[in-house]
Amino acid sequence: MTVDGDGAAPVAARYVPGSGEPRRHVLVAIVNNRTGVLNRVTSLMRARNFNVESLAVGHTEDPAVSRMTITLRGDDHGVEQLSKQLYRLVDVLKVQDVTAERRIEHELALIKVRASNANRAEILKVVELYKGRVVDIAADSIIVEATGPEDEIDALVALVGNFGIKEMVRTGSIAMQRGAATVEYEGANG
Amino acid sequence: MTMTKRAANGRHVPGSGTPAAAEVDRARAAMLHEAKPRGRTRIGADVVCEALLRQGADVLFGYPGGVILPLYDVLGDYPELRHVLVRHEQGAAHAADGFARASGRVGVCLGTSGPGATNLVTGLATAQLDSVPVVAITGNVPAALIGKDAFQEIDITGITLPMTKHNYLVRDADELPHVLAEAFYLARNGRPGPVHVDITKDALQQETLAAHPGDDAVAAGLPGFRPTVEGHPKQLRIAAQAIDAAQRPVILAGHGVLVAEAWDELRAFAERARIPVAHTLLGVGSVDEAHPLSYGYMGMHGWKHVNRAIQSADLLIALGMRFDDRVTGKVSTYAPAARIIHVDIDPSEIGKNVAVDVPIVGDVRRVLTALTPLVREVPQAEREAYFAQLAEWRRESESTSWHGSGAWRDGLLSADYVVSRIGELTGHDATLVADVGQNQMWLARYGGFRRPHSHLSSGGLGTMGYSVPAAMGAALGRPDKETWAITGDGGFQMTMQELATLVQDRIPVRIALFDNKKLGMIRQWQEIIYAGNYHSASLLSPDYLKLCEAYGIPAWKATRPDEVDEAIAAARTVEGPAFVWFEIAEEQNVFPMMPAGKGLSDLIEKWGGADE
Repeated sequence: MTVDGDGAAPVAARYVPGSGEPRRHVLVAIVNNRTGVLNRVTSLMRARNFNVESLAVGHTEDPAVSRMTITLRGDDHGVEQLSKQLYRLVDVLKVQDVTAERRIEHELALIKVRASNANRAEILKVVELYKGRVVDIAADSIIVEATGPEDEIDALVALVGNFGIKEMVRTGSIAMQRGAATVEYEGANG
Repeated sequence: MTMTKRAANGRHVPGSGTPAAAEVDRARAAMLHEAKPRGRTRIGADVVCEALLRQGADVLFGYPGGVILPLYDVLGDYPELRHVLVRHEQGAAHAADGFARASGRVGVCLGTSGPGATNLVTGLATAQLDSVPVVAITGNVPAALIGKDAFQEIDITGITLPMTKHNYLVRDADELPHVLAEAFYLARNGRPGPVHVDITKDALQQETLAAHPGDDAVAAGLPGFRPTVEGHPKQLRIAAQAIDAAQRPVILAGHGVLVAEAWDELRAFAERARIPVAHTLLGVGSVDEAHPLSYGYMGMHGWKHVNRAIQSADLLIALGMRFDDRVTGKVSTYAPAARIIHVDIDPSEIGKNVAVDVPIVGDVRRVLTALTPLVREVPQAEREAYFAQLAEWRRESESTSWHGSGAWRDGLLSADYVVSRIGELTGHDATLVADVGQNQMWLARYGGFRRPHSHLSSGGLGTMGYSVPAAMGAALGRPDKETWAITGDGGFQMTMQELATLVQDRIPVRIALFDNKKLGMIRQWQEIIYAGNYHSASLLSPDYLKLCEAYGIPAWKATRPDEVDEAIAAARTVEGPAFVWFEIAEEQNVFPMMPAGKGLSDLIEKWGGADE
């Protein structure tokens, strides 16, 4: 036998955190520059079921810390939850969602394009148009280096794709706020 | 019940205030300052022992093995450290957990590399899910052999990484003092949890003069660990307004109340604002169940009246609990009319499972201390109708699912009755340690808890086999309290090897075995949710009286209601471990029951025409 709710007037269903409309978020995390920290961060995101699109990590002006840029899709509650979970890691000093902030957000791509004497000039023209840079030329291929926002690189990839891409690698986005704003963290230079 | 001291080998921990204790303190101080016990060089293993003493962790549960042997080689030089040799490392981890939960201190377990370390994993996961401060120390192969698949080598820090609060691999003895101080600091501060320190064999053997840092130095080195303990004043004001305006408020008391030692503050707050207190599984004991404002245990197998109150509440004040799915059921239908104030020291718990109207990050005790004066003192008259309804619901719900005569169908022994007799006969003051399954739910519902930390249960992980080893730790953590393990025939057979530990170390744990010849909760789910399709729900047990005889443990058996009190009383007279075998009805269920995926209002209260 089951019983129905008592006393309470029927009300709209309670919101389940994470069930909202997903959108792209960009997080910046400042972490201790120690062995295994990347593993801790990625392990947490996997275990907590977050759908990470890209993760870029590297040194900063402070040798004691590394800076990660994480892009992922999720509803605002869900992404806030990821920040909070990251803070549970002792090696995470700061997490900031910069999605709503004015920022430079760039990635770097290396694209090895098929090339022949017949189309090499055409490829170079396209690359120039998109502010790409040719960093290697061989008899039957060209390596194009491109930096910029994700969508610009997508557009370049689509264009050179017409010639045939032999190989490609992209770093994922790194982000920095425009103007004087910085990602502040405790323990800076500590 | 006093703890039996070990034989005259000087290895017991003397009671404080005695001349023997003063002697130990002097020896301890001298040793720490000289840092050269036994006239030999101070090595990494000495640092471990010194650190344990500095942290007041004088009881360790462990099992030796190849690479941790350097530690065991020096243990004898530290007579204040009591090492309990378990029979399986899982037992060591649960014992450290039980020690911590019962005493409020950090529990410590030891194991060797490889299988020794992996055997600890279940116990550490149990501690992680229930926020229990445990430090696990394991040996690892010498640094030069790491990554070579050496004998008994496994990437144990890789394994414990996602299921500890933090972990370390130490390859250099000079790092040990800092790492160990940090490990204890992290385990007990903020939201507690298990910390694992893996130490290579050569680091244990290496000479070192490194000094132990104090807590301030440790804290200064942890910029990423700054728990917020005081509630934000603005949030407290908003919370107070919501509380003052509420007509049907309910307090949800969780484990955080016990961790923060906030039971007095909770009572004062509830009394001032006149709000009923419901508790979670791990919140059992946070409020004296005999107190008029204590309303009872919530959730999947909680009391119907409690779930009803939550479903009809206009305000939930959640204190140190995490809205686990066993508490909320389907979130979309949970407490549909209630605003929620959520107090937790871990910001990640707020908004994780349910959206919250008034979040307050902080230590429950500090928050309640600041919040109570801000709320209005509510006169009795104002809540008269509310409390009358609560009382009515309670009468109705308590009249079902209770077998006051001790008998279930056909006169068979009823588990709820046995549990309540144990609570009653031990004066509601003993530490009762649940296993997992039906016995756990019966204990939480019918144990009648009145003292904080008197109820231990593996709530989050639901680890079968928890009770006996955890009770072992609890008995040593609170030797001034009588300790019972309440277990089923399934869970008991998972870790019953620890009977030998209880005997060898003369640890006074009484074991109440509820034998229904079934995996009771499995059988219940298969009966109700899987249409009676029973599979692997029946299990064979040994003759427990003979088993206990083999171990030299006094044991009694009760199969009828009139034998219950006598068996409990007899077991209580034994100085060391004792055992009572309760043969209970085979098909008794725990009701009410909220099927997984359903809401709190969808309770099953009867099955097959019986309210069991």
